[in-house]
Amino acid sequence: MMWLINLAWKNLWRNKMRTTINMSAVFFAVILSVFTSSLKDGIFENLIKNVVSFHTGYIQIHLKGYWNEQILDNCLTYDVNLNQQIISISNISDATPRLESYGLIASDKNTKGCMVIGINPDKENKVTSLKNKLIRGAYLNQNDNGVLVSEGLANRINVNINDTIYLIGQGYHGTTAAGRYKVKGLVKFGTPNLNNQIIYLSMPAASELYSSAQLATSIIISLHNPKLLQSTLSNIQQTLGNEYEVMSWEKILPDVKQHIETDGNNMQYIQGILYMLVSFGIFGALLMMMLERKYELGMLVAIGMKKSKLCILISIESILTVLGGCILGLLVSIPIVYYFNKHALKLGGEIAEIYERFGFEAVFPTSTSADNFISQGITVLIIGLLLSLYPVFKIMKINPSTSMKR
Amino acid sequence: MNDIVIDTHNISRIYNPYTIPVYAIKNVHLHLRRGEFAALVGPSGSGKTTLLNLIGGLDKPDEGQIMINGTDITSLSPSALINFRLNNIGFVFQSFNLIPVLTARENAEFIMLLQGRNKKEREERITQLFKQIGLADKMNRRPSELSGGEQQRVAVARALASKPQFILADEPTANLDSKSASVLLDIMYKLNKEENITFLFSTHDQRVIDRARRVITLVDGQISSDTNIIDTSLPH
Ligand SMILES: Nc1ncnc2c1ncn2[C@@H]1O[C@H](COP(=O)(O)OP(=O)(O)OP(=O)(O)O)[C@@H](O)[C@H]1O
Ligand SMILES: [Mg+2]
Repeated sequence: MMWLINLAWKNLWRNKMRTTINMSAVFFAVILSVFTSSLKDGIFENLIKNVVSFHTGYIQIHLKGYWNEQILDNCLTYDVNLNQQIISISNISDATPRLESYGLIASDKNTKGCMVIGINPDKENKVTSLKNKLIRGAYLNQNDNGVLVSEGLANRINVNINDTIYLIGQGYHGTTAAGRYKVKGLVKFGTPNLNNQIIYLSMPAASELYSSAQLATSIIISLHNPKLLQSTLSNIQQTLGNEYEVMSWEKILPDVKQHIETDGNNMQYIQGILYMLVSFGIFGALLMMMLERKYELGMLVAIGMKKSKLCILISIESILTVLGGCILGLLVSIPIVYYFNKHALKLGGEIAEIYERFGFEAVFPTSTSADNFISQGITVLIIGLLLSLYPVFKIMKINPSTSMKR
Repeated sequence: MNDIVIDTHNISRIYNPYTIPVYAIKNVHLHLRRGEFAALVGPSGSGKTTLLNLIGGLDKPDEGQIMINGTDITSLSPSALINFRLNNIGFVFQSFNLIPVLTARENAEFIMLLQGRNKKEREERITQLFKQIGLADKMNRRPSELSGGEQQRVAVARALASKPQFILADEPTANLDSKSASVLLDIMYKLNKEENITFLFSTHDQRVIDRARRVITLVDGQISSDTNIIDTSLPH
């Protein structure tokens, strides 16, 4: 047995050209597979992060029934107790309350419908990076009396920072809500839907406007590990009980979810085609090798080498080649994937516009998750090993007198 | 003691039996005794390679029996046949006999590894064989670093390493210049004389035929003449 391994090693080491060709087939296969898979995951993660960070959060908690009837009367009491309960659930990195309500905004010149959102400025920034969307003026303080107006809405009612606006709406339990505020800053959203109607004020100011102390319509949750979305969701539901409705971003934004899913399916086809290419590449190399060695292998059987021994010999060679190609491929794909994580691919043109309309940057960083390296490495390894059955099959069919005929 | 090592009984090999049948070998009876040094001659296409392949167990006859040292090899299973070849028959082919990645010595040793011989036995035999083929100084070269004639000599050493009943060589000198061919023939001849090694080789080369002590002539797959030459030093 040792001498077979020894011979296999010599076959590989002393025929560097052939070994290089066979190994590179596997090597490039691994790099391609890891890269596409990392890109695919990176695109998803980035899209979801985008979706979540621009407004929705990964998970929202409402009072049961709020989603169907979004009125202030369906709001929940957000106190230290509830906050503590939520924060202590594992995988939750932060939670911030919102008080959302529709109302009217008026400037000296104009009146429009709008969505008024009361926020905890510090926490909101942690969960949805609201500060990054500020394009003019300043961000809100915790007890601020000013407001942030979305850029599109500001244009429509023709106000700028430091101008005064009026808010009119319906308060808690049918009270009338009205207030006068100074525009402290302008924020810009990619989605016209948000950009044309949102106005933010601090939670204390909102409570005062709507006479709704300690009340919130939703609690926005951010996660440590977005992959554990479903389990975290059911954890929250279990902890809080049936009084509350707990919704993932997928439920809140079904059309975005659908879009991402379609993208995912397309990527799956690409990956499938890639595996086929990869298989042909490896198979081609094996085919060439068997053609080149037809005489040699026939001669070995002729002089008395058992086919089983020959199969073991060629299999050792294949395993070493495939393994070597995989390991080298993984080693090289690590820096490549990290590079394209830091220097993300950018799309231009029409596709970029579509993405920007959704409020996403058309930027695709690769995911550096170890999963991709492991799963793709193993997949190519298995493809390589399965294809290595071809030489074994060929050897079983060797007829020395025909193999050696030229 | 029965010293007939090769005994073919009425063998035929027919190609394309269902379309236009070609009798590559037709009703051949051939006996070879231990210690013979026999040349198989005949025009191209006369069936020399086919006959050697049949005797060597690389091909099966469509009719007849082949007894090698008392064993009917036509009735052996494929894997038993491979094993039989390993232990009973030495092969020297026209060219590319050697495994390119192994040195001359490793090539000869290879067959003994297949047989499961221990290291001491291998070393002794290989050393002796390389002395006999006159390549003791080139044992560690790869085939590509040897001349064609030297490669054929290593092939003879490899064939002998397994201690076979006889050696089959299909045109062993066909790719060699006349000097190398004559050196190879000398070595084979000497091994035959001194160690009583049985050789059956095919050839086109008149100078090789002149060295043989028995000349079997094939024409159209049949033996047309079979001559024993008592003393090779006499002109043909
Ligand atoms: N696989 C095959 N299919 C059909 N016919 C074949 C096959 N192999 C050999 N033959 C035929 O069998 C006959 C004998 O061929 P063989 O190779 O044994 O001749 P040979 O004496 O060795 O010739 P050469 O001196 O050219 O090597 C030839 O007519 C050849 O065409
Ligand atoms: Mg021939």
